[in-house]
Amino acid sequence: MAMKLSDLTGRAGEWLRGNGPMSEIVISSRIRLARNISGMPFLTRASNQEKHVLETRIRDVLLQAPPATPTLYVDLAHAPEIDRQLLVERHLISKQHAAAEGSRGVAVGENESISIMINEEDHLRIQVLRSGLQLEEAWDQINAIDDALEAKLDFAFHQRFGYLTACPTNVGTGIRVSVMLHLPALKMTGEIEKVFRAAKDLKLAVRGLYGEGTEATGDFYQISNQTTLGKTEEEIIEEFRHLVIPKIIDYEHHSRRALLNDHTVALDDKVFRALGSLRSARLMASEETLLLLSHLRMGVHLGRVKDVDIRTINELFLLTQPAHLQKIQGRKLEGDVRRAARAEFIRSKLNVN
Amino acid sequence: MPLPRRRIGVRMHQKCDICGKVATVTLTEIQKGKTISKHLCELCASKTEGIPVKSHTPINELLTNFVMAHQGVQNELGVACEHCGVTWAEFRQSGMLGCAHDYEQFEKDLTPLLQKAHEGATHHTGKVPTRAGATGVPRKRKTMDVTKLKRELAQAVESEDYERAAKLRDSIREAENG
Repeated sequence: MAMKLSDLTGRAGEWLRGNGPMSEIVISSRIRLARNISGMPFLTRASNQEKHVLETRIRDVLLQAPPATPTLYVDLAHAPEIDRQLLVERHLISKQHAAAEGSRGVAVGENESISIMINEEDHLRIQVLRSGLQLEEAWDQINAIDDALEAKLDFAFHQRFGYLTACPTNVGTGIRVSVMLHLPALKMTGEIEKVFRAAKDLKLAVRGLYGEGTEATGDFYQISNQTTLGKTEEEIIEEFRHLVIPKIIDYEHHSRRALLNDHTVALDDKVFRALGSLRSARLMASEETLLLLSHLRMGVHLGRVKDVDIRTINELFLLTQPAHLQKIQGRKLEGDVRRAARAEFIRSKLNVN
Repeated sequence: MPLPRRRIGVRMHQKCDICGKVATVTLTEIQKGKTISKHLCELCASKTEGIPVKSHTPINELLTNFVMAHQGVQNELGVACEHCGVTWAEFRQSGMLGCAHDYEQFEKDLTPLLQKAHEGATHHTGKVPTRAGATGVPRKRKTMDVTKLKRELAQAVESEDYERAAKLRDSIREAENG
């Protein structure tokens, strides 16, 4: 527990280092499990006192339960808004968790690959995040954490319904498997619609960068399962790993190659316009930043740009977001002042030579 | 409290029991074996019986509304969870259950919703906590029970006890799927 929240600010977590399998297209793999404590009401019916009891009890277990031993615990009820926003930008808590009220917290461990939210929609939301396509690895890790917690906490479980959750859309396995994909070529060629349709047919949800209720910005798409009942965890992951994701990856690769071979000038124009703006602009809005970084990232992967690495771009995605920018600068920034600070930060990272 | 059985009909040439205008609604209630008919105009029907009636509402919509209202009353009366106090209506509005007991409390009503949300599935087939303290029974034990249930089912069919046979069939199905 030696770590403080401010220690995280200046760099990306392990999962955003861009070195996992298929990382040119798959940004990250995430699995989360929803669990509730037996004998306690779900959160919409829990009193402040009960929420407090839940938080204290679960936190005490988390702080002494390997392999989930966290290096950081944030008491969200008492954390300032900017800190909560920072955790959202780092994908360690959800927007809903940041905005909720009452006793709640998050335990973070293993270089931010593990985060365990207390009193989100369910009493526990255990999450494992890994770089690139690593769903099996993520499952092994989260399954072990779940086992370790289960040895000390009595989870609400029903023989017919499985793990009981506040919302019946999560009941059964309580699992949400999601993969964050970077699909700029499919977006550019307009074929992304086919992915949406295929995902819908397979009962998968397509969402934006920050999950539920967010828009897809910068060509990033989060694809996740919706069915949690009637299939085993392994079956759900298997479908994802072998049926769904490889097809989308192939499709994006194919589109990137087609752009490279048949529309080289148009592709280069997009990529170098992006690089030019990022290296020269004086005011940069966050939405525009995402889009330009997205084009640059594709250019780097296709070998059009050679003096920028994927890791730098991945870090820029994270560090140019509002809460990060303000934390790094150590002051509140708004409007043009913030946009100017963002542009300057990007220039400093991309004009190293 | 058992609800009176009611039938609703629309008939002409009757006067409203309350205000004397043309009655367009006939309510038939059966209470303690006696049939009581009420003839009402729209206004009085909605005022005294709480039944919204629009003159141009198609009959099927009218019936749907009536059935829905009837169900709503039944659910609200019958099934507030004794542990957390959540009613079915509250769940339908928020999408959130109040406690673990609600799954059994609302099992019948939840089943079609679960099927819709989970590709037709109604039973968990994934991970089971090893810890015995969990609310449920580990599934492994169920497989042994199935053989016994099937034997009982055969006996029930032979003795033409179909009510019992149906119950046993459901239990077997549940055990096999669960």
